[in-house]
Amino acid sequence: MSLFAQGHTACGGCGMPIAVKLVLGGSGENSIVVSPTGCLEVTSTRYPQSAWGVPWIHSLFENAAAVASGIETALKVKGKKANVLVIGGDGATVDIGIRALSGMFERGHNVTYVCYDNEAYMNTGVQRSGSTPYGASATTSPAGKLSFGEDKPKKDTPAIAAAHGIPYVATASVGYPKDIVKKVKKAQEIVGPKYIQILAPCPTGWRFDGSKTIKLAKLAVETALFPVYEIENGEITKVKKIKERKPVEEYLKLQGRFKHLFKENKDQIEVIQKMADANAEKFGLDG
Amino acid sequence: MMNEMQILEGSKAVALTVRSCRVDVISAYPITPQTHIVEDLAQMVADGETDAEYIKVESEFSALSALVGASAAGARTYSSTTSQGLALMFEVLFNASGMRLPIVMTTVNRSLSAPLSIWNDQQDSISVRDAGWIQLYAENNQETSDLLPIAYKVAEDKDILLPAMCCMDGFVLTHTFEPVEIPEQSLVDEFLPSYQPKYVLDPKNPLTFGAYADPSIYMEFRYQQHDAMLKAYEKFEEVAKEFEKVFGRKYDLVEEYKIEDAEIVLISMGSIVGTMKDAVDELRKGGEKVGILKIISYRPFPAEKIYEAIKDAKVVVVLEKDVSVGMEGGLLSDIKSFMYNREDRPPIVGFSVGLGGRDVTIGDIKGLVSKVKRAEAEEFEFLNLRREVL
Ligand SMILES: Cc1ncc(C[n+]2csc(CCOP(=O)(O)OP(=O)(O)O)c2C)c(N)n1
Ligand code: SF4
Ligand SMILES: [Mg+2]
Repeated sequence: MSLFAQGHTACGGCGMPIAVKLVLGGSGENSIVVSPTGCLEVTSTRYPQSAWGVPWIHSLFENAAAVASGIETALKVKGKKANVLVIGGDGATVDIGIRALSGMFERGHNVTYVCYDNEAYMNTGVQRSGSTPYGASATTSPAGKLSFGEDKPKKDTPAIAAAHGIPYVATASVGYPKDIVKKVKKAQEIVGPKYIQILAPCPTGWRFDGSKTIKLAKLAVETALFPVYEIENGEITKVKKIKERKPVEEYLKLQGRFKHLFKENKDQIEVIQKMADANAEKFGLDG
Repeated sequence: MMNEMQILEGSKAVALTVRSCRVDVISAYPITPQTHIVEDLAQMVADGETDAEYIKVESEFSALSALVGASAAGARTYSSTTSQGLALMFEVLFNASGMRLPIVMTTVNRSLSAPLSIWNDQQDSISVRDAGWIQLYAENNQETSDLLPIAYKVAEDKDILLPAMCCMDGFVLTHTFEPVEIPEQSLVDEFLPSYQPKYVLDPKNPLTFGAYADPSIYMEFRYQQHDAMLKAYEKFEEVAKEFEKVFGRKYDLVEEYKIEDAEIVLISMGSIVGTMKDAVDELRKGGEKVGILKIISYRPFPAEKIYEAIKDAKVVVVLEKDVSVGMEGGLLSDIKSFMYNREDRPPIVGFSVGLGGRDVTIGDIKGLVSKVKRAEAEEFEFLNLRREVL
């Protein structure tokens, strides 16, 4: 049986199911998955159908990390072994669920928490989240006469995760499938809480053609807007180097959510370029 | 029988009984006056006196959420909370019952803020009446202890599969020392076998839990919950009989006290019933025909038993530690609503009493009865309001 079957109802070109299949490819059959409310849950489990070939549970929007903590503890008491994972959206992870996530990290549960980051609340109609990037127009941070869209930078959730002193933190992008499988496999070998944030472009919310998902997933990395790296026991141990860094415009111009920047708000593109430059500097991406 | 009588704080009695129920996973967050229960349990875990794991969660929301996961993975689970903590759990309460997970929780009854009050009333649990949880109320600490294994056995029955809360009045029971017979482990094992759920999260048989339901199927899920709660009525009776066989103590969904010839029947839940019994004894000495119907099980709601107990009364008086603001007490509404379609319907009046820990004395209850007898009681009122400060 496929671990995540065809026939789910995600939009064509959605990055999220790509991420899910790769994650399950890394974690294998002996996995139990928790998903919070969001696009993944809604497109994969309309009763009585389910795309899941591994045991899967959805409880609420903001408690996946706590549910996973309970599962891991129950397995321990019962003397059973399985890989416990969360696969959840950015809203569920970096906003409403961060209390439960912090608790799970702090208590040291042996759980791999995967955030598929599509940079907004997609399931409810593209409202902004803490993970929405600077300058993006979302339905609750819309561009308008007085607004260039989201006016705060993307929350640095991997750094928050690392600050808990957990053994493994990584970022990845669906533009690089093998990297995702490798990182999940590596995570499963480490005992304790693991956090992996995977950029998963959303054609509907970002407003781009569904055939360009992988291209955008790569461009985000190649512009240094979404740096890909690993942090082990608090130290950055690996970064994905960029041979020839691309200007942020190349990434922004393909997406409807940034369209307004190319009209009245050109100066904001420079601000975004500076953010990319800072990322490149901080992680040593160039070269 | 080898049960030993001990003088125990209510919280300790609860903790010892939870241990004897062989709980696998405990997850709780401290809040007055529930703290002693979770501290005692944490100490037992620290001392290796139980095989249970204690998850030190960062909130009540996560406490119950963790148990959702643990229960779905096949563990017997326990939590305890009160007041603000229960309110914080609100969303998870419905989720646990909807997923049919037989989690058992001690709800210590405490008033809700604002104004902040750590003292006892029952507004917290009454406010989650519709969450799909079995709700049992204890009068004393023998009951707080005994109702736990009963709750597990009813909740985990394959025809029921509903979570259950055992309610005990904050401070009045949690912090009071009373003689309690903690059931012998071997007897508990005989009464309550280990939890063997049919559906669990297991990679060998991958199942999907918590799928979403569209309008073509949602109502059927809700109906099944409703049906299970109705079935829990008889299941409770059945389990209580087994309990009596093993432990020698008798329980039912309600308890009658001097009710046979009673013209005035007082109805209430929880520790206040103890005071009411003393008041009734005194009133009886003066020739007054007063009796009490104690509600142990608020959900499942013992409508038929209440009907039988009150149909011949001249007047029924409901005393409760909650209010549906702008309406009346919740228990009063429930009783009036099912009595409306019956032929024998005595008049029913209600009092909100003891909110936020206000003491209710024997004198108060005698005064209230005499007011009802003089036909001076309102349909619903607050007992002992300090009108001078209003
Ligand atoms: C407590 C609560 N608040 C709000 C919602 C509504 N809601 C459901 S999914 C969702 C957004 C999900 O966003 P994200 O986690 O990023 O996942 P995505 O849909 O983008 O994949 C929101 C706001 C909810 N279900 N529960
Ligand atoms: S809205 Fe976006 S994230 Fe949701 S299914 Fe469609 S493409 Fe995927
Ligand atoms: Mg999202």
